[in-house]
Order: sequence, then structure tokens, then C-alpha cells
Amino acid sequence: MARYQNMFTQVQLRGPHEAGPRLRDSTFQRSGEGGYNYWLGKLGAAQIGPVYLGPIGMASLTFAFLAFEIIGLNMFASVNWNPIQFVRQLPWLALEPPGPQWGFKLLVPLAEGGWWQMAGFCMTTSLLLWWLRTFRRARALGMGTHVAWAFGAGIFLIITLGFIRPMLMGSWAEAVPFGIFPHLDWTAAFSIRYGNLFYNPFHCLSIVFLYGSTMLFAMHGATVLATGRYGSEREIEQITDRGTAFERGALFWRWTMGFNATAESIHRWAWWFAVLCPLSGAIGILLTGTVVDNWYLWAVLHHYAPSYPGTGVIDPATLPGAPK
Amino acid sequence: MSRALTKAAIASIGGLSLLLLGGCEFGAKQKTQTGYRGTGLEQIVDVRHVVKASAIPAPPYPLPPDGGPTAGESYQNLKVLGGVSKERFDHLMAEMSQWVAPPEQGCNYCHNPENMASDEKYTKVVARRMLQMTRNINSRWSSHVKETGVTCYTCHRGNAVPVNKWAFAQGTPHPGSILGNKHGQNTPEANVGYASLPSDPFADYLNGQQQIRVAGNSPFPSKDHVVSVKDAEKTYGLMMHISSALGVNCTYCHNTQSFRAWNLSRAQRATAYYGIRMVRDINEDYISSLQPVFPAYRKGPHGDPYKVNCTTCHQGQSKPLGGVSMIAQAPALKGPPLATAAPEGGPAAATAVPAAFNKPAEMTAKK
Repeated sequence: MARYQNMFTQVQLRGPHEAGPRLRDSTFQRSGEGGYNYWLGKLGAAQIGPVYLGPIGMASLTFAFLAFEIIGLNMFASVNWNPIQFVRQLPWLALEPPGPQWGFKLLVPLAEGGWWQMAGFCMTTSLLLWWLRTFRRARALGMGTHVAWAFGAGIFLIITLGFIRPMLMGSWAEAVPFGIFPHLDWTAAFSIRYGNLFYNPFHCLSIVFLYGSTMLFAMHGATVLATGRYGSEREIEQITDRGTAFERGALFWRWTMGFNATAESIHRWAWWFAVLCPLSGAIGILLTGTVVDNWYLWAVLHHYAPSYPGTGVIDPATLPGAPK
Repeated sequence: MSRALTKAAIASIGGLSLLLLGGCEFGAKQKTQTGYRGTGLEQIVDVRHVVKASAIPAPPYPLPPDGGPTAGESYQNLKVLGGVSKERFDHLMAEMSQWVAPPEQGCNYCHNPENMASDEKYTKVVARRMLQMTRNINSRWSSHVKETGVTCYTCHRGNAVPVNKWAFAQGTPHPGSILGNKHGQNTPEANVGYASLPSDPFADYLNGQQQIRVAGNSPFPSKDHVVSVKDAEKTYGLMMHISSALGVNCTYCHNTQSFRAWNLSRAQRATAYYGIRMVRDINEDYISSLQPVFPAYRKGPHGDPYKVNCTTCHQGQSKPLGGVSMIAQAPALKGPPLATAAPEGGPAAATAVPAAFNKPAEMTAKK
């Protein structure tokens, strides 16, 4: 019989399902009764469902499926419908945006990037519908809408990369291809085209928030786990008591770094760091090519790039008599 | 029960990690710092996988001394090497037979044995153009080949047709359709180091004159510099070709602080600059002009002759043949000193290679 119990070593209960509170403004009730899964219970709650999908959720999944199919079938067609080559080359395959000759034309021929536009539209619609779902479900449960706004920050970065910046640049060709290696190669080519994105201060900020998020996550997760034996999952009700898991965690950080976050503020820290990562990244993307064309030279202009001794190599194109 | 599960989990995670490491190249690496400390300018060479220098063939017989009657006085129908002495001309012909012609055919690969002066075999016409090309490279493109020079063997390596060559790609069968259409990229292709980058950078950059530079020369956008990210991907493909052809990484030439800035680059970048122009010169002036001469089976799918790229000579080495010069064995290939054409880049090209590069440690010594 298990004796040591907290949320991490939960004894899996079997009985009447936890259905949650009555829905206030739902369009229809959650479907099904739900069930139990032992192995998912090792990762989280063992109870699966009942799920609330609703018309918005259904529409979102439909658009996600359309985007997935358009991308997958385009990749499949690019290897002449050969299933073996589809699997072998999958990491290389892509659905490419329209070329620069199309500018920001609304309807590009399908084989020239029109499929990419359709996949992008379906993916964006799916994300926005799912966003609406997180917003409305949070409202229905009487919660704040923090999850929706955090999700929205990520969606904003995606739309910036695939729509807003291409629109400002007047060219779909600036957008990211769908594909595993292709989007990575795009990232490297993007940085080289715009003179080293590492000198984009908003890229720097984005990295700060990215690494900061992982550090905060590690600190917070470690603190809660380390005080789990004193019931740290009940941190809020422990705030006012002495010797509790919460007080021990707070004491630990005051001892080691002289300052401790509170049970509420640590989650605000984490939320803002996570949200500002894609948000500052998106601002950096928006400025690239529109306001700044070469980030390295911009950083030299503002005495921000470190200066190394020159090598004395001269651009041959500037020498008299050199071939162009 | 749970102990067995834990063991199984550890075993599977460990096995998976080992599987992921399977893509790594194990073994000793040789690291060389090539620029200022902290800039990441270094070459990392996997010693076991480095391209071995191929053996240099011995000359067919010792090089005869210069002098005596010229080849032009001794033979008919000489258009390139008429001024070379007969003894040295004969020596070069023996070398060409050894370097290029299939052994079973020898001289007869190009010549009609009944009439050596005849141009009836296409191979002889090609060989003459190639001699002009080789002499042009050695005299006019010293900005790239330096004093090492090139001979027939630099590319041919004993083959009638060099192994590494390219022709205009077959292209997409249905350009207006998505069927089999990868838009020239997204294929595991050795040309571009198995990246998903545009995999045929040759037609645009090594035959055409398309602009390779993609980063702007001003911090701010300008109407004079509209370059798509897709163009950057194409250039990137060309750079991957150069990198794999030479067996080096990006920092062999570039400082990644700014790929564009020449004052941060290594001198090798200027050498590569001239190399790219030299390859264009070869492809346009010396190979494409042979288009009517080559038979169909020596041409690519579009009927253009096979052309050269960086791999044709370099074959995985930063200096072809490990930097060994064979020009002393074939002095006739040096070509006459050209009174009209100065070395590409002018006299300043030589000073563009500062002495500091020979001693990178001096650059990095703390002041």
C-alpha cells in the first residue's frame, strides 16, 4: 500500500469520474464519459476526458487537418507519390512559399506557392480558432485568460513570420517554408541575408527570455519538487504557516541568493518571460528588412558590435582590374 | 515489478541515446586556430576521414633540356605550342597521354596514327582548347592558382573525362505541376552537403554571372539592394558546394561575425573570389565554346558540354593534389608571359594577403 503521497506520486483512483463544474455558456455539453489510462496517469492525471470540443474546436481541428494534408500531400507529390522516398526524404521535403517574382500577390498559382498560401491560411485559421477556444473555455470556467494571451504571443510570432513581415516587405518569398530541414536552412539564410541576426537587439532579448524561461522553470520546478515531501502542491494555503513546504522553499532562496519570489510572483515571472520570448522575437523579425537591412553594420553604427583587429583583406571587387 | 520497469526504461533510454550518437564521427580531431581569439576562426578536421593526397604520377621520362628546333618547325598544324622546343613538346605529349588518354589507346585517343597532324578526331580539337585553357589559367589566373599552377592532371587524374563535372540539370518534368517538383531544392544532394538548400548552384553562379553577395552594404534598406531570402538560400548552396569541394568549414574563409565583411575575412576568401571568376571564365570561354565539337554522349541532358566546378580540381582538398605543383614537369603549360593581360586583381591582389595569416598566433597574442 502506497503511503508517501503527493501530486507527483499520486495513487490512481478508480471511481465516478471527475466531470468538473457545470458549464455556464457552453454550446453543448462535453461529449462522452471519459475513461482512465494507467500510463498517462504516470505523467499526469489518469482520468482522460470528457473533452469539450464545441463548434470552434471542431472548426479548428478541421482547418489544422486541412493544413496538415495540404503540406503532406504536396511533399508526397514532390517525390512522385513514392511512399518509400516520402519516408526517406521526409526531413528534406518542403512546401515552399511563392518565389520573389510573385511579390505579395493574393492568389498565386497553386504549384508556384498557392498551396503554401492555402496551407498557411488553414494553419493560421486553426490557431486563431483554437486561441478563441482557450479564451472562451477559460471564461466558461470563470478563470482569467492568461493561457489565451500566452498562446496568442506564440501565434503572433508565427503570423509575423508568415504574413505580417512578408506583407511589409511586399513579397511572399520572405516567408518560411513548411518542412523540417527547409525551415532550418531558411533560418540560417535569413540571418546571413540580413547581416547576422545575432546583432538584432530584439533577437538578443528574445534569447534572454528563452533562456530565462528555462532557468525560471528549472528553479521553480526544483523548488516545488524539493519541498514536495512537505506538501508543496498546497503552497497557497501554506503561505501563512511556519515550517511548511512553502516557507522552506522561500527560506532556501533567501539563504542562497538573498531574495525569494512568492508563490504568486514566481508564476508571473514565468508567464512574462515565456510571453516576452516570442513577442520580442516577433518585434525583431518585423524590424528586419523593413527598418534595418544589415544588423551587423547597424551594430557597428551604434558601437554595439565588438571590434576585432582587421585582417587587411580587401574586397577584390574594389580593386582596379579585378573581375566582377 | 517496478524495478524491472525502471531497468527497462534505463536500458531503452540508454540504447536510444547510443543510437542518436550513431551519426557522430568518433575519433581524434585536429584543431587549428586560424584567426583572432574568440571569433571561432578555426578548422576542425576529422583526421580519419580527411581526403588522402593522391599519388603524383612520375614523369614518363626525365624532362629534356630546352633548346633545339621548335615543335612548329618539326610538326604540322600546331596552333598553340608551336614555339615550344620539339623535345619538350614530345615530352608534354607523352605526359598528356599518361594523364588523360585511356592507356589502351594512348596517342590514338586524339591522333590519327596515319596522320598525326589531322584534326579529324574531336578529342584533338578539345585537347587543343584545353591546352589554351591551361596556359590561360597559369598565366592570367595566378590570383587563384598562385605559383603552383595547374596541369591536365589537376582535373583529369588519369581519366579521359574528369570525374567531377556538371551540366545543366534535367530540371522538373512538369514545371506547372507539383508532381515531382521540388523547385530545385529540398533533396538530400551531395552538391550542397546534403542540406535542403537549392541543389544546383552551378548554372547561376559558375556559368552565369548571378550576384553571389546577399547581405547589404548599408545598415538600412535601400531600393538598390532588393535581395530575397530565396537568393540567400541559393548563395548558401554555392557556399556548401565550395565547403565540401575543399573539405573545409565556413570559417576557412569567413568570420561569422559578418559573412559579408572583407576586413574580417581570411585571405583565402579572396583566393576563392578569383577561383569563382576563373571557373566562370573556363566554363564560358573554353568549354561552352566546344559545344559543337563534343559528340552527344559527352554532353548533359540539355546538350551542353560537361563543365567544371570547384570539386573538379579540389576533390576534397583545400589545395588540389595537396598543394603539390606539377608545373615544373610541364613548363610548356605555363604559357607565354602575357603582355596585354596583367594578373587578375592587379598588383594589389598580392598585397591583399597579409603576412599575419601565415602566423595566426601573432594576431591572437595578448598585448
